[in-house]
Amino acid sequence: MNPRRVRAVARKEFLHVMRDPRSLLMALATPVLLLALFGFALTLDVDNVPLAVWDQSNTPRSRELASRFDGSPYFSLGMHVDNYRDLVRAIDSGQAMMGLVVPSDFAEKIEAGRDAPVQLIVDGSDSNTATIAIGYAGVVAEIYALDLIIEQNQRRGGPQLKIPLDVRPRVWFNEDLESRNFIIPGLIAVIMMVIAAMLTSLTIAREWERGTMEQLISTPIKPGELILGKLAPYFVIGMCDVLLAVLMAEFVFHVPLRGNVALLFGMSAVFLVGALAMGMTVSIVTRSQLLSCQVAVVATFLPAFLLSGFIFTIANMPPVIRMITYIVPARYFVAILKGIYLKGVGLEILGTQAALLAVYAVVMVTLARVSLKKKLT
Amino acid sequence: MNNYAVVVENLEKRFGAFVAVDRVSFRIERGEVFGFLGPNGAGKSTTIRMLCGILTPSGGSGTVAGFDIRTQPELVKTQIGYMSQKFSLYQDLTVEENIDFYGGIYRIPPEKRRRRKEWVIEMAGLAEHRRRLTSILSGGWKQRLALGCAILHEPPVVFLDEPTSGVDPISRRRFWDLIYEMSGRGVTVFVTTHYMDEAEYCNRLGLIYRGELIALGTPHELKTEMARPDGTLPSLEEVFVSRIEARDRVEQPEREVRR
Repeated sequence: MNPRRVRAVARKEFLHVMRDPRSLLMALATPVLLLALFGFALTLDVDNVPLAVWDQSNTPRSRELASRFDGSPYFSLGMHVDNYRDLVRAIDSGQAMMGLVVPSDFAEKIEAGRDAPVQLIVDGSDSNTATIAIGYAGVVAEIYALDLIIEQNQRRGGPQLKIPLDVRPRVWFNEDLESRNFIIPGLIAVIMMVIAAMLTSLTIAREWERGTMEQLISTPIKPGELILGKLAPYFVIGMCDVLLAVLMAEFVFHVPLRGNVALLFGMSAVFLVGALAMGMTVSIVTRSQLLSCQVAVVATFLPAFLLSGFIFTIANMPPVIRMITYIVPARYFVAILKGIYLKGVGLEILGTQAALLAVYAVVMVTLARVSLKKKLT
Repeated sequence: MNNYAVVVENLEKRFGAFVAVDRVSFRIERGEVFGFLGPNGAGKSTTIRMLCGILTPSGGSGTVAGFDIRTQPELVKTQIGYMSQKFSLYQDLTVEENIDFYGGIYRIPPEKRRRRKEWVIEMAGLAEHRRRLTSILSGGWKQRLALGCAILHEPPVVFLDEPTSGVDPISRRRFWDLIYEMSGRGVTVFVTTHYMDEAEYCNRLGLIYRGELIALGTPHELKTEMARPDGTLPSLEEVFVSRIEARDRVEQPEREVRR
């Protein structure tokens, strides 16, 4: 390994990047755009569920129930209907996700102290959101029921009612249970995986397509020197992308960064080396820019998105898929970023993940070096 | 150690069923200008690529500057300068940046690198364009710059694959002056060409046709072999055309009958 050769290659690659401002701009703007797009659009929070009410009772009691729903941040009372046909149409068209039907004898039954059934019709096509919304609706109804019991008890002049169980949840790490806080750190990992592999996927293939590789392989340059030199400028661009992403998380999405910032960038650097070397290996093997770019995107985006634990919890996956996630490097980076961002933990907890990221980087650089043959075919 | 810069014995390259180079043998002495001629697709570039260590032969053997092209290709690469048929410098880099890059790749010490760089720029006549992008240069300039980058490190053996194709006559002439100058300094030059006038400049010639070497010798030898009955010598072009036709007759005798 000769530093002079590595420097010569790195310098040349930097020049290529600088002479192509459009690609450079793309390399810097793409992660920002993706982060903005996904960061704003991708939310797992269920709130403002559109609700349609058919109040057959039309009494203060029933109106109180409807206003309890409307008053909570989770529902918004969008429309009143007075028959099932309209209710069905509202749910079919998506104007409402839930329909609340209050029977005409609702108030009478409550006054009489009897069970007062209320119908809740739920659009279950999005099962996750539906489950959460049903949970919210149950709580809203329960609180109203509890208030009714207390009220009736007071009217009867009974003793102060005490609720025997008092659960006090304390949420750690993401106190407000904002799904954004959980999504953004993982999203940075997913985006960086794709961007890094894309950045380098063109470099070697471009030299083959332009015929400059034939000249290069006729020199005594060693594959390792070529790869290290070529990694250098893209590493710098990749770190700039990480910086931009972290700044966006801080100032646009206000995700709390509790851990060590230096550790965050250090881990990003290790991850980048592996991801960049992966893109380069694809470039070396395909020898075609178009094919290489496509392979790099497909091979990184889907695993990083689906199998990294970014949104879909790895523990809930079938055992075979769970095994596969171990070879997805984004998995470790997602865990590390979430750990640093939300839990503020350091290497004492993340040591194994960090070590595995380092192993991935070493394996990928070695793979790139081995697959780079200084021969024509 | 022998006196030969290039030794090739039964060198062969097959791509599947296609035989690109068919058991070719020749020797090139140090300091010689060896011209390799043949129509397109005859196997010229394939031979050069094998000699440069960037294409693995299917059979036979060869050494360049004493190193085996099969087992020591990386050592061969330290001894050669190679200029491929297609312009293969970086078009989005300036003249100086291209030279600096290859100076770094060949690990030329800084002091010498400066000297060689100035030499290349002067040789190629690019003093006014040293900070221009390579893409805007004309064919002749590009060719000389590519040669300059290939011989920046002063290799003892130089392979030039159709260095003058698509270049104007004046530039071609200047290019050949450079080849002679190198040869005068003891550099072995292996050059492929289409042009018959350029073939005349070579010390020795090899004619390759359909992968086979069908003639080998100095221009004078080749012409004398085909001397006309009245004792006048044919042109090199006539020599090569009749050699190729003779070869075709051997391969396809039925065509002769029909004629």
